[in-house]
Amino acid sequence: MSETLVETLAALALIFAQLSLIAFGGGNTTLPEMHRQVVDVHHWMTGADFAALYALAQAAPGPNMMVVPLIGWQVAGFAGMLVSTVAIFGPSSIVTVIALRLWRRSKDKPWRAAVQAGLVPISVGLVAASAVIIARAVDRDWIFVAITALSVAVLLRFKVHPLWMLAMGAAVGWTGFGQ
Amino acid sequence: MAEMERETPTIGGLFKGFLLLGLTGFGGVLPLARHMVVEKRRWLTAAEFNELLSLCQFLPGGNIINLSVAIGLHFRGVPGAAAAIMGLIAAPTAIVVALGVVYARFSHDPHVVHMFAGLAAAAAGLLISMALKLATALRRRPFGIAVALAILAAIAGFHLPLVPTMLIAAPVSIFLMMRVRA
Repeated sequence: MSETLVETLAALALIFAQLSLIAFGGGNTTLPEMHRQVVDVHHWMTGADFAALYALAQAAPGPNMMVVPLIGWQVAGFAGMLVSTVAIFGPSSIVTVIALRLWRRSKDKPWRAAVQAGLVPISVGLVAASAVIIARAVDRDWIFVAITALSVAVLLRFKVHPLWMLAMGAAVGWTGFGQ
Repeated sequence: MAEMERETPTIGGLFKGFLLLGLTGFGGVLPLARHMVVEKRRWLTAAEFNELLSLCQFLPGGNIINLSVAIGLHFRGVPGAAAAIMGLIAAPTAIVVALGVVYARFSHDPHVVHMFAGLAAAAAGLLISMALKLATALRRRPFGIAVALAILAAIAGFHLPLVPTMLIAAPVSIFLMMRVRA
């Protein structure tokens, strides 16, 4: 613990602001670099601590970047949480605002329609890829495959709030049936 | 299907909508975001939602984070963007820290472990149904379907890194769409 609080906060701000700007394709792409900085470079926690915090953030509601405020809290308390949160969400949000303004301004340009039409299939492919990756990671037993399949069937067939399917999954899981 | 009437949210409405989204978004917020924005509150049409989402996926940062900024900006400018993102992250930040404090006490309870496994399986189902709903935008567009399948295979099948994959796929896809329309 040779760092002062201000040094620690400055380091957190710098790390997460950088990650914010290179997080192309969502937060999970930055996990390896986050792990390297927090565990190997700054020795703020062990690799096992980092993995535990990540699992916890995945189980909590909200965007999948929520591991960042948790790391900030773990490293430097309330101030650490605040600094890390602003650093991870601020820079990418500013880029989004600027990019969208440029996009709106070119509303009537003919190239915009082509770009727009061209990006949609990629977007569909990326969401499908996330679905496959997540399903592969969680559906290790028949009961989990059944929960996943039931959620898909109900959501495609009926106009039900997705939260009901999560409640169903949690309730079936709680019983331990099939696990 | 006839397009239903759309509603323009206020700044307070944006904050509240995304606050509820952040609170309920277990296992990924994106499917819930689509449900809230397109089906429940009807702020955007499915096509407008797809357009914003595909743009957000090309910008750095979490997709849903960028999407909240984009939707807030779309309706109420920078104040709307700030209200949306703050609404989205306020509750999850508080919850994740609270969970961090109490987690150690329950991490060995088998019921809790089983419950989270079931929750994750249902969350995977949400993601799959969302992918299928988004894919309806590609009906009668064989080139679009081919590009989507290629991306799926590259990322989920061959585990290719995302940035180079997108740098190659985006120009190809845009070029194909220009040819089809010409």
